[in-house]
Amino acid sequence: MQFLPELILLGASLIIFLVSLGKPDSNKIQTIAICLGSAVLAATLVSLNEKGILFFNSYKVDLYSQVFKTLIAASFLVVLILGQKLKSIKNTVHSEYYLFMFVSVLGLMMLVSSVELLAIFIALELSSFAVYIMVPMRGESGRYRFQMEAGIKYLLFGVTATGFMLFGMSYMFGLTGSTHLDVVMVKLSQMYTQPAAIIAIMMVLAGFFYKLALFPFHFWVPDVYEGASNETTAFIASVPKLAAVALLIRLVSMVTGEGQNIVTIFMVCAVLSMFYGNLSALVQTDLKRMLGFSGIAHAGFVLLGLLTFQLSGYANSIYYIIGYVVMNLACFLVICSISKNGENVQISDLSGLHKRAPLLAVTMAIALFALAGIPPFVGFMGKFMLLAGALKQGYLLLVILAAINTAIAIFYYLSVVRITFCSDPENTASITNGVFTNATSLLLVFIIVIMGVVPQRFIDFASLVVQAIK
Amino acid sequence: MDQLLFNSDYPYILSTLIFLPLAGALLLLFVQNEIFARYWALGVTTLTAILSIPLLTNFDTNSSKFQFVQQCSWVKSLNIQYVIGVDGISILLVMLTTLIMPLCVLASWSYIKTRVQTFMICLLIMETSMLGVFVALDFVLFYILWEAMLIPMYLLIGIWGGPRKIYASIKFFLYTLAGSIMLLVGIIWLYKTNNYSFFIPEMMWKGYSLTAQIYIFLAFFLAFAIKVPMFPFHTWLPAAHVEAPTAGSVILASVLLKMGTYGFLRFALPITPEATTIFMPYVLWLSIAGIIYGGFTALAQNDMKKLIAYSSVGHMGFVTLGIFVMNIEGVEGAILQMINHGVTTGALFLCVGMIYERTHSRELRSATGVGKYMPIYVTFLTFFSLSSFGFPGTNSFVGEFLILAGAFKYNTILALAAIPGAVLAAAYMLRMLQKIVWGGTDNPDQSWLSDINAREIATLTPFLFFVFWIGLGPQPFIKLMHASVVNLLDQFHAHQGQAVAAAELFFH
Repeated sequence: MQFLPELILLGASLIIFLVSLGKPDSNKIQTIAICLGSAVLAATLVSLNEKGILFFNSYKVDLYSQVFKTLIAASFLVVLILGQKLKSIKNTVHSEYYLFMFVSVLGLMMLVSSVELLAIFIALELSSFAVYIMVPMRGESGRYRFQMEAGIKYLLFGVTATGFMLFGMSYMFGLTGSTHLDVVMVKLSQMYTQPAAIIAIMMVLAGFFYKLALFPFHFWVPDVYEGASNETTAFIASVPKLAAVALLIRLVSMVTGEGQNIVTIFMVCAVLSMFYGNLSALVQTDLKRMLGFSGIAHAGFVLLGLLTFQLSGYANSIYYIIGYVVMNLACFLVICSISKNGENVQISDLSGLHKRAPLLAVTMAIALFALAGIPPFVGFMGKFMLLAGALKQGYLLLVILAAINTAIAIFYYLSVVRITFCSDPENTASITNGVFTNATSLLLVFIIVIMGVVPQRFIDFASLVVQAIK
Repeated sequence: MDQLLFNSDYPYILSTLIFLPLAGALLLLFVQNEIFARYWALGVTTLTAILSIPLLTNFDTNSSKFQFVQQCSWVKSLNIQYVIGVDGISILLVMLTTLIMPLCVLASWSYIKTRVQTFMICLLIMETSMLGVFVALDFVLFYILWEAMLIPMYLLIGIWGGPRKIYASIKFFLYTLAGSIMLLVGIIWLYKTNNYSFFIPEMMWKGYSLTAQIYIFLAFFLAFAIKVPMFPFHTWLPAAHVEAPTAGSVILASVLLKMGTYGFLRFALPITPEATTIFMPYVLWLSIAGIIYGGFTALAQNDMKKLIAYSSVGHMGFVTLGIFVMNIEGVEGAILQMINHGVTTGALFLCVGMIYERTHSRELRSATGVGKYMPIYVTFLTFFSLSSFGFPGTNSFVGEFLILAGAFKYNTILALAAIPGAVLAAAYMLRMLQKIVWGGTDNPDQSWLSDINAREIATLTPFLFFVFWIGLGPQPFIKLMHASVVNLLDQFHAHQGQAVAAAELFFH
């Protein structure tokens, strides 16, 4: 039972593989995928309280990993729903697309449970390679093949980051003689004065910085976000980030004692991420690209929680990343609904959305205000707690810089809201969505508001989850 | 918790006032009927206004404590509480807000023709957040409402505004948000220093180190000065005022601008008294600059809304002048003038809105000579204009008189410098009044204009009532605030002793 969600995922992949052998129509595959996705979510919920250590001490099932698996499964299900009919994916490869998506989620679920370097590596690669293939699966549109460029970029940057990570792991093994995280980190913490230890840790973290799109490892973001199909971007922008934060917290929480050098590096990465992301987002016209840059900035905020090296800080980071994923999914739900044939959505395409699809317009506006950190939504509470936590540790300058970033960010979010609400449609047809999609968007809005207005339970829960890693 | 006074008769009155409009807005989400939306919004705001009356009748004017307090925990792990209460400084502003909102709904009755439900939802959410700002006693609660207000106000300007609404709404949003970002950092710093508590009354009079006070004062100042708006942070105001729909202008002028001055009184003075003493002269001279600048600029305007917007800069300059002279006349005059400005300028914006609804132009030129055809209208307009430049017998006279009396007590040169502002106010208001009532030989043909109808008269009459009530018998209003102001100033002067020494240290 401890391994149930992963087994179900594996089974689901096999089922989709079998389906792909025939010639099923898109509707049927989507229904199957959503059913299987719900089954995975159910399985994660059932195994929420499982505990145990599997596979020669390299796979740990605890509350922490199970909660993250549930979150991954839930956001995965939302991605499946908002993908609707996979408008931008070639018709012939729909089932294969789902297959890779399930495999990628399998990799991510394994990742949050892995506590051994090689297991981490294998899980990460499993999830990454599946996504590398998903990116170029976008259908041909127009003369340019954005998706190929995006796919190659994603692959090359990804492989480089993995290379860094492997190299760092070899250092870790060389320094400590073990690949099990608990042993490695205890031994490493006694040698923080040595540059080798710091380099090893930073290199391993680089792999996750890449997934989270943090400053020096963000170069893939804009092109991949733009080039990949809307559904793929929705997936890349949400699900892997949860897993990346989960693993980062697991690693960082073991870095105790003399971590000052790492704090400094984190701070620099965080501030640069925020400034780079926000300033670049100001000039974007492609909505997905803009969200990509905003994602870089938000990754910087997540780091604010990690660099406190306090359990409360990690809890804040978890709260924030959950909020971020929800806000992001809400945005992508709107994007996928607006895009008629799966083409990219320009910011100007949103004009008059309030008339064409009131619910989508409200969803978009609330998600963007939340991303901008305007109360009373989750984005504000998350930022507020991160800033409060960082200031508690005395990082005043960092907090001021982060606060300035909030002010920069508001401009580009606001321009999108402006187009959505304050301009009139230019003879564009109204958009009708299925009941299922509408219900999902209502649910996402509800979560954004509830997490912002009554955050106490969520924070308590995040703290409880963080306790479990110790 | 000795600053709090729980009132057992009305334990939930403030919460009711805050959440009633919000609940009304939620219901409107599910309604598609425009006429129902209008009546519903009118009903909800009127009910809120009626429910706020027990606040006045049960307010203990001898106490400087926070009254009608309600307190419960909100976010335990951060020690954020839901704690609200009113004292003499905020009660008049709360009343002003609740009373003005039904009139805003009335003023939008026929003005707003598109997306009526959304408009009413925005108005109701505005009311919730404005009331919340004035009664919040927890800094995070305050900040959340302070910022959340930007969203409905942004939509009010951005959707129903004039031709340059996009520019105006974004400028308004960015200015206000950018200004209050450092306020957030200041709040977190205070939280850390005050034993991890956001409870505002316990942050006051703590004697923080001078350097910290200066930084916090600057953070406060930036946030509040932009909101007031003080010269030179005022540039968002004319844009926003001009483009906003009538109800939006009224809310902006009557309530939103008061939040800045309220912030000075509630936060800047008690939390950073020593820094306030140091920066006092600069703020005072900025106020003078605002008074003169606002007056001259208003004199040159041909757009009626712009004219009133710039006159607001001047009037709010009087308010900050009154606050920062730090004596009883000045501060009481300032609070009274906040109310007066809300009444008079709100009414003037309504008047301009009524003309605009008829001629679809805000140009002074196109509104000349309407006196002959709209006698009732110009009667109202005359009284409000007289009130605006502080004619004796009207409300602003009392406020400005008190402020100037306070200023003379503080420094004669300063007070003399403010006098031209009063003269300028008469000049620009009379110029506008003369043109609208009589105009000249080149008046456009106004004979097709209809005088204001019963709904419009009903909208303006309450304003006129308060113009004369405050003008002729201000004592009940001053009595409401007196105890709190005395307490504020007593505490302030107790800290000023140290502050003067500190200031000398700072400058030498």
